[in-house]
Amino acid sequence: MSLLSVRDLHVHLGESHVLQGIEFDVPEGGVTALLGRNGVGKTTTLRALMGLVDRRGSITLAGDEISATPTHRIVRRGVGYVPEDRDVFAGLTVEENLRLAERNGDARYDLVYDLFPELRERGRQLAGTLSGGQQQMVAIARALLNDNRVLLVDEPTKGLAPALVTQVADALARASELTTVLLVEQNLGVVQRVARDAVVLDTGRIVHIGPARELLASEEMVHRMLGVGHAGDRP
Amino acid sequence: MSTLTATRPAGRVLMHARGIVLPVAVLIVLALVPKLAVDIPYVFKDTLNTPGTLQLLALCLVFGGLAMTYDLLFGYTGLLSFGHALYFAVGVYLVAIALTKWHWSFAEGLLFAAAVGIVLPLLLGAVSLRVGGIAFAMVTLAFAQAGSILAFKNPWGWTGGEEGFGTDYTKLPAAFVGIFNTKNLYWLALGYAAVVFAIVRWAVGSSPGRVWQAIRENELRVQVLGLRPYGYKLLVFVLASFLATAGGVVYLLLQTGPTTEVTTANFTLTLLVMVVIGGTGTRWGAFVGGVLYTWANQRLGDASGSHAVESLPSVLRTPLQQPLFVLGVIFILVVFFAPGGLARLGRIGKALRS
Amino acid sequence: MSTLLLLTITGVGLGALYFLIASGLSLIYGLMGVLNFAHGAFLTVGAFGMWYAESKLGGLGVLPRFLVASLVGLVVGGVFAALVELVLIRPLYRRHIEQVLVTVGLGLATTALVVAIWGNDARPIAYPGWLGRTTTVAGAHVPNDRWLLIAAAVVVLVALTTFLKRTRYGLIIRAGVENRAMVTALGIDVRKAFTLVFAIGGVAAALAGILGNVYFTTADPNRGTSLLIFAFIVVVIGGLGSLRGTAVAAVVVGLVQQYANYYASTGLGDLSVVLLLGLVLLARPRGLSGAFA
Repeated sequence: MSLLSVRDLHVHLGESHVLQGIEFDVPEGGVTALLGRNGVGKTTTLRALMGLVDRRGSITLAGDEISATPTHRIVRRGVGYVPEDRDVFAGLTVEENLRLAERNGDARYDLVYDLFPELRERGRQLAGTLSGGQQQMVAIARALLNDNRVLLVDEPTKGLAPALVTQVADALARASELTTVLLVEQNLGVVQRVARDAVVLDTGRIVHIGPARELLASEEMVHRMLGVGHAGDRP
Repeated sequence: MSTLTATRPAGRVLMHARGIVLPVAVLIVLALVPKLAVDIPYVFKDTLNTPGTLQLLALCLVFGGLAMTYDLLFGYTGLLSFGHALYFAVGVYLVAIALTKWHWSFAEGLLFAAAVGIVLPLLLGAVSLRVGGIAFAMVTLAFAQAGSILAFKNPWGWTGGEEGFGTDYTKLPAAFVGIFNTKNLYWLALGYAAVVFAIVRWAVGSSPGRVWQAIRENELRVQVLGLRPYGYKLLVFVLASFLATAGGVVYLLLQTGPTTEVTTANFTLTLLVMVVIGGTGTRWGAFVGGVLYTWANQRLGDASGSHAVESLPSVLRTPLQQPLFVLGVIFILVVFFAPGGLARLGRIGKALRS
Repeated sequence: MSTLLLLTITGVGLGALYFLIASGLSLIYGLMGVLNFAHGAFLTVGAFGMWYAESKLGGLGVLPRFLVASLVGLVVGGVFAALVELVLIRPLYRRHIEQVLVTVGLGLATTALVVAIWGNDARPIAYPGWLGRTTTVAGAHVPNDRWLLIAAAVVVLVALTTFLKRTRYGLIIRAGVENRAMVTALGIDVRKAFTLVFAIGGVAAALAGILGNVYFTTADPNRGTSLLIFAFIVVVIGGLGSLRGTAVAAVVVGLVQQYANYYASTGLGDLSVVLLLGLVLLARPRGLSGAFA
């Protein structure tokens, strides 16, 4: 049985019908990549799963319907979220950002500081003064701090220097050993390295579901569905 | 094909005619009111043609018109102003001061108020529209507050302070003075409401009017289309303010003189209450809201001294003696249970019948 | 010199009163995006709660009576504000215009209800004699109630700052002011924080009401509305959602008002404050509208 299951999901933002009845499954364990050109609704899909936008249709998490559940309850059922643009709290310190994310007594600081040792050193620094890469670390760390069933990660390598892309990809690979990950990612090198399955979205509809390796191996499919000529930069 | 093209304009003309027929019919009926010796128990204390009832009805019409001017800003353009009272007060105070303190003629006073009624909103609007949303609300509130402070402080003895003062009625046109001329005042108020109604309908249907409504829906998109919202907002701000100033002049004629009440922030808040109760951005909503609010305010005040209320237990009697309490509660109920106001309720009723 | 000192201390005292009202307004707006027009009602409810309790506690001495009645006023203000959030604001979650409209209606209705029950006249308050006397500082005879105002505002400022810095709810509120959606996306029910800031704002406004009773020597049903307008101005000048900015703006507004009233002409103080707001908004319209978005 799949961990996360989406059926006939619709989202309207203003007058535009952003998601037009999408359906896909996220199997337990490993990384499922949600791919597609810019503006086809990938971020909206994650926000809909999180309950951050009004949505219609069915979303089940381990068999339980969550499409009418408020965001904070969805999170407490074991969904971690790393939003696009990181959304760290700029006026709070790194430590405070992490403390806010704690949901119970046994937060996994060891794991987080092992993956991102910088965060321990910069604990008292205001998150707003961090570099983009460091902010991304805070955002990922907030999601990894708790024992989640699934992580929804939105373009974690966007705008990062190559060395940082590798570090983030390492963190994703490590996270995927502990939990299930649904990853939105433009960097196909990262996708190739970590993803097992791929779901491709085009203007509000699902156009392809299959193993990530198969999709990326076909230059024609990559070009047609993702609008890029080759499999991107490999880290 | 030819039948389609032939019927379409005809249909539009018909629609247009219906849009005019109802207001004209309402206008005719209202114009006949001073001739009707009809008693409507509970609704009015005396028969329709008595000065007391006509005075109340005239007040209702002025506030119905004033509410429509506020609706231009809030309902049609989405501008939440907390300073509309200022422009109404300009009409009330300047004419009274010009006649009574400066001994000008009525015509001179009118011209002066009209000039200020255009220049002042042009200046203050140009400043306050530089900011949007809640900041705009605050700036308009602050400017109106400045006006209110002036009225309270009685500079050079012009405003009469908190109590206000009595207008020099010898300077007023004779047709509008004295209890026997109340019917003329009523017709004047009706004329004001009708003119405001016509101007508002015409303005919101014009091309700037459509831009106002686009600004209300999505200001960013108006900018993307290459239009500058600022100019359009200033236009509606000046228009609404000028019409409010005109309403202030009519209001002054209905009263013995200006009082500070019409300058306060609470006065603007009551306009907001009228518009929301009636229904924002609709053909009749603001007008009906203004009329009903004014009527209810007055009649609740009358009723508080009546036998029916006096005999109630004090738990019920005490709050009912304050019209503003009752209206405030009604307002909250409308926001909760009838968003869209009375106009929306009317539409739902119509849909249910058909 | 002694006049300037007296004006300054009075101005800061007035600023303290503004701060007590504006701090709650600012927190509520910062966290929830609601401009709370019912805040003046919280003040009125606190002030009349205190007056009523005092009039019923005839058997006690003046000081215990004053303290117990003040406590009653604070509790009434806080409970009233929390109930307002739970019953009237929460069901309209995410509909900001409607929320503002409801607070407008509530503000009007509450004042009218207080007038209906206790009349439109100001009610005299009994308070310890020390507050009615003056203390001489560098030749200036400063009425003692000014010290009470300033001390109360400082205590509230320190307590609020500590609360925001040191507690988990403080953390949630600070984060929520920045990005409410992300707080819920960390599994936190941010609505509990909404009720809390209303309760805090209600207690602070009630404190302003009680201190206003002392400063003006009466409880007045219309004081909430008139002070609310100046509190709005303070909040806008200080930048919505910033406690420190609110504190500074409150003192500036209090001082400008006092100085202008004395050195220019009575009544010019209020006008100068309005002028100050206009200047601030003109100087940084973008910065402020940014803070509002």
